[in-house]
Amino acid sequence: MNKRRNAGATALMAGLTAGALVTAGCGAGGPSAGGGDFTDDKVVLALLNDASGVYKDVSGPNSKIAIQMAIDDYQEKYGDDAVVEDIEVTSADHQNEPDIANTKAQELYDREGADIILDVPTSSAALAVATQAKNKKKLYMNIGAGTTELTGAQCNKYTFHYAYDTWMLANGTGTVVTEEGDKNWQLIYPDYAFGQDMVKSFTGAIEAGGGKVGGTIATPFPNDNFATYITKAGAAKPQVIGTMHAGGDLINLVKQYNESGLKEKGIDLAVGLMFISDIHSLGVEAFEGTIFTDAWYWNLDEKSREWADRFLEETGDRPTYAHAGNYSAALQYLEAVQAAGTDDADKVVEELEGKKIDDMFLRNGEIRAEDHRVIHDVYLAKVKGPDDVKEDWDYEEIIKTIPAEEAFRPAAESGCSM
Amino acid sequence: MNAVLQYTVQGLAAGSFYALAALGLAVIFGVLGVVNFAHGAFYMLGAVAAAVLLDTLGLSLWGALIVVPLLMLVFGMLVERLLVQWLLPLDPLYNLLLTFGLTLLLVDLVKRRYGVSGLPYERPDVLSGRVQVGGVGLPVYQLFVIGVALLVCLGVWLLMTRTRVGMIVRAATERPELAGALGINVGRWVTPVFGFGVALAGLAGVLAAPFRAITAEMGSDFIIILFAVVVIGGLGSIVGAVVGGFLVGLVEAFGQAYAPTFAQVLIFVLMAVVVLARPAGLFGREEATA
Repeated sequence: MNKRRNAGATALMAGLTAGALVTAGCGAGGPSAGGGDFTDDKVVLALLNDASGVYKDVSGPNSKIAIQMAIDDYQEKYGDDAVVEDIEVTSADHQNEPDIANTKAQELYDREGADIILDVPTSSAALAVATQAKNKKKLYMNIGAGTTELTGAQCNKYTFHYAYDTWMLANGTGTVVTEEGDKNWQLIYPDYAFGQDMVKSFTGAIEAGGGKVGGTIATPFPNDNFATYITKAGAAKPQVIGTMHAGGDLINLVKQYNESGLKEKGIDLAVGLMFISDIHSLGVEAFEGTIFTDAWYWNLDEKSREWADRFLEETGDRPTYAHAGNYSAALQYLEAVQAAGTDDADKVVEELEGKKIDDMFLRNGEIRAEDHRVIHDVYLAKVKGPDDVKEDWDYEEIIKTIPAEEAFRPAAESGCSM
Repeated sequence: MNAVLQYTVQGLAAGSFYALAALGLAVIFGVLGVVNFAHGAFYMLGAVAAAVLLDTLGLSLWGALIVVPLLMLVFGMLVERLLVQWLLPLDPLYNLLLTFGLTLLLVDLVKRRYGVSGLPYERPDVLSGRVQVGGVGLPVYQLFVIGVALLVCLGVWLLMTRTRVGMIVRAATERPELAGALGINVGRWVTPVFGFGVALAGLAGVLAAPFRAITAEMGSDFIIILFAVVVIGGLGSIVGAVVGGFLVGLVEAFGQAYAPTFAQVLIFVLMAVVVLARPAGLFGREEATA
């Protein structure tokens, strides 16, 4: 009886999985370049990200609104002088699956006539889209994924990397926290590509800063029970525990770290990757004092705040740096199209390469020609205590600005050849 | 030694969630013959309800421990009356499908309403901090969770062994045909038992709220481990569910401590070993799997 039920459940799962694969479908063919300077007489920006899963709040559908804001701003700025009148934004859900991302990217480029794909969180999915961009010779600006491979061994002419990457996070949090006195580290990481990548980057940064990694602990992914891992890390008596978890796993880990009593013993927690949406969901109490590297903060200055106010009006939320990054990437793409007078990918890439940019997202920004890493100032942030919060979403104190030239992996070390 | 004590408490605390929820799963399977796939979702609803009640009405954990299981009891009875009962006469697979579908629906509804980043939850100050036991600081909240779980399990055990209702339910669980033949109206108890099982999952959810990320997905992995717990303990066995729950919690904790990468695998290794040695589980009877 039981066996039959289990067999039934297995068959059911298998059936559902197969069904999902079929509906993902496959896009083929599509229009080829038409006459004039613009294919189909329009520019199409496509957002490809997680519209329903764990990274929905980090970027998700709200990034589509951010991109629309960029289109509006472009049209307002150039009015009748705009080289193209018809600009559209479309979006698709990749569910964080590389297979789906791969298919969707083809569909967007071929069938929907996308001139550029934006965002794409989850490193494996991002790399799949980069390959499609290379094959189709169409643009791709990544905002949501962290892998340095995009600007490293797997770089290509049509792929750009905005906002953040694992090197930048490790360099910020790892180096600075070490230099400020927490020399002895224990690292806890989820045992998959991103976590392993982060541990490698962090270990390098910590050692460069004169500290040492006493031990690393791999955990299953996803996971909800970290109590014993934390106790074990604490038993080694480090000065700081670094976690490379993200999303729900991070929240589990932080709750259980607070429970463990290590905070009172003076063992700090440093977080590898965190978004303001994480703090918003769990509350500042839980994260108080946590140090992390931030690519951008909505309340950085007048310029960012003004934009964040507009975003709040449109969406009801303050933006994460992924939202702001999508806006900036879309805007800079349109500026490049304006300058090139066409949506031809090769000509737009020429405009983008080496461009120096200051907008509401990028400070001292530059689109590096060598590896297409978009460098800019980044920030070391500390989560405020409940008493210091003056308004909704007022969660971060910026304790240090890391200048653009130091914030990202030097181009010479990227291993990228285009 | 100190570390071992800490790991034990952590294991028993994690095991408490499993034991309570598995107990609910076991009584539902016992009386209705339904493998309730939605049990993880009911656990999630319990946690979400606690967070929402705290946020909107300021109902603290103490209140939630009473109110949420009652809400879940009503909700469970409605689910049984409106949905589950119609499929009872059919192959059990239909109810597995139904509860699986219900899981997808509940998870997506919660996502739609409350997003995917999770909800905040503050526990009462009394339950924060640590107590010193033999030189080791043990978190008060973990001890509290273990205490509540043991009390509830004991209560359920007394209910099952010392009351007429319990005897009927047990008879219906262990020998449904015989119970029916002796003139016991098993059908009367189907709805309240389903509701009771759901309430237990909800209670586990409330207890988990201060300690785990409260998200729509929090039940998805939980249900898989719960199935392992029930298989280890013996399908339909009430004692087995409780013992299995705590056992799996301990295996998880000591696995994390001594073989971190294999912590989750160990649970399924344990399950495989138990099934090979005793196909009916530790406390199951052989016929149960026939």
